[in-house]
Amino acid sequence: MTKHTGRKKKVPLVELAHARSGDKGDTANVGLIALKPEYYPILVKHVTAARVARHFKGIISGPVERYELPNLQALNFLLHGALDGGGTISLKTDAQGKVFSTALLRLELELPR
Amino acid sequence: MKPQPATVRIAAGQGFWGDWLEAPYRQVTGGPVDYLMMDYLAEVTMSILQKQKSRDPSLGYAKDFIPLMERILPILAERRIKITANAGGVNPRGCAQALAETARRLRLGGKVRLGVVTGDDLLGRLDGLLARGHELRNLDTGRPLADVRDRVVSANAYLGAWPVVEALRGGADIVVTGRVTDTGLTLAPMIHAFGWRPDAWDLLAAGTVAGHTIECGAQCSGGNCLVDWERIPDLANVGYPIVEAAPDGTFEITKHPGTGGRISVAGVKEQLVYEMGNPAEYITPDGIADFTTIRLEQMGKDRVRVSGVRGRPATDKLKVSIGYFYGYKAVGTLVYAWPDAYRKAQAADRILRQRLADLGLKFESVLTEFVGADATHGPLARASAPLDQLPEVQLRIGVRSADKAAVERFTREIAPLILNGPPSVTGFAGGRPKPEEIVAYWPALLDKRAVEPCVEVVDV
Repeated sequence: MTKHTGRKKKVPLVELAHARSGDKGDTANVGLIALKPEYYPILVKHVTAARVARHFKGIISGPVERYELPNLQALNFLLHGALDGGGTISLKTDAQGKVFSTALLRLELELPR
Repeated sequence: MKPQPATVRIAAGQGFWGDWLEAPYRQVTGGPVDYLMMDYLAEVTMSILQKQKSRDPSLGYAKDFIPLMERILPILAERRIKITANAGGVNPRGCAQALAETARRLRLGGKVRLGVVTGDDLLGRLDGLLARGHELRNLDTGRPLADVRDRVVSANAYLGAWPVVEALRGGADIVVTGRVTDTGLTLAPMIHAFGWRPDAWDLLAAGTVAGHTIECGAQCSGGNCLVDWERIPDLANVGYPIVEAAPDGTFEITKHPGTGGRISVAGVKEQLVYEMGNPAEYITPDGIADFTTIRLEQMGKDRVRVSGVRGRPATDKLKVSIGYFYGYKAVGTLVYAWPDAYRKAQAADRILRQRLADLGLKFESVLTEFVGADATHGPLARASAPLDQLPEVQLRIGVRSADKAAVERFTREIAPLILNGPPSVTGFAGGRPKPEEIVAYWPALLDKRAVEPCVEVVDV
């Protein structure tokens, strides 16, 4: 649901993208894929590494890296320190970061109207 | 030289150890395929198998591979379908021996050749490697392996496609390996069928991308697919993916007609980004694939064409996966019902933590999750969830410690809460949780020259 506030509108990321995530040790990766090619530039501009780091503040302990795959209209995020030690060490339900993808899709973007 | 086929069809049969047992049978009976590729090994699997082998030296491989093969061996022999599988775990020869016995029992003696790939297992060579200056530093922490040497339980180098190619060239119908990369199991049949050269980096990268696409089985054909998930048809009969590869490195992903699931550009994209690091540098023993060069195109229903893949030369290192004993953990759960389900679970957590502290138990970590409220999305979910009105909440609390006695005592502190803690609690029928040994993962790099793959081909 798109909310309008002043000259900007709030758009949930889940309306613009789909995603899948996995793990490498204590790092979760989230591949974020534009639902339509025209959404990809919006993702590139607004879903920055800094924005994603802010979204996951208090949930991950390390930095966020971002890679671009314009050919797939996708971004790949590496969330370091996301899995309580990762793999077998982790006490988390989501020890392998399988649903970090959906947590990222909770992000709300503020886009110009 | 043998004539080059126009295409080779490689079907994925297992995406991990524990995957759907029906899939391999359906892949070899549902339509024409040339190869069946089965990936069994995740990072933690090798240490589990090593543990089994230490109890019984004839074990240490994916045991359910044998009954599965028993079911399809006659079909394979009749249709001349070949197998590549890393089901050998830490005992590929033991796996091959069990397979040979099964084949002979099915009266397939003289009709099947087995290839066995070993040389990945470094456990017995570790001290020699360390003595010669290979430090095997942890790729994440930078620490040398010497830190945990006395606690190492498994150590395996990731081998690539080439030893599997050698087995196929030797006439093997079934190639059983130890720690060969997931992607190498798909790439090897392409190299073998098309005669690709070891420095044909773009072709090797294309085959690697094909391998990555199907290595998780149905995860690229509609399984665990978020986009349009409710309209993906008939997952009960999901068709596992098939690569139709061409000699020029292009390939199409498809599945057998009449099966469920879906092969779409969006679904294939989801699999391509799965467990991705730097997409421009997907490093394997066989070369580096650049995932930013992949082009995808829907060619029709359940058919996606992949082209444009570029690659770069392989590095002079192999990745090594080392398992080492880390400590113990246990997880206990209780379910609290409405009214005030969330607050009751929170209260139980506070009481339990106070009791653990009063007992003087020391843990490296105590982690509480409220399943139904925050277990998957943490504070992001709590911000918007109707926490006062949740119909039920599962308290899930886990502890980790080097001290087994502390973890054991923790497991005895869950059940008492049923009668001496907050009300409306249930869901403890499973009994007391069991302390679990933690074997942690130590990724490292090793000079390629220090590893010598061994390939044997034997008649059954």
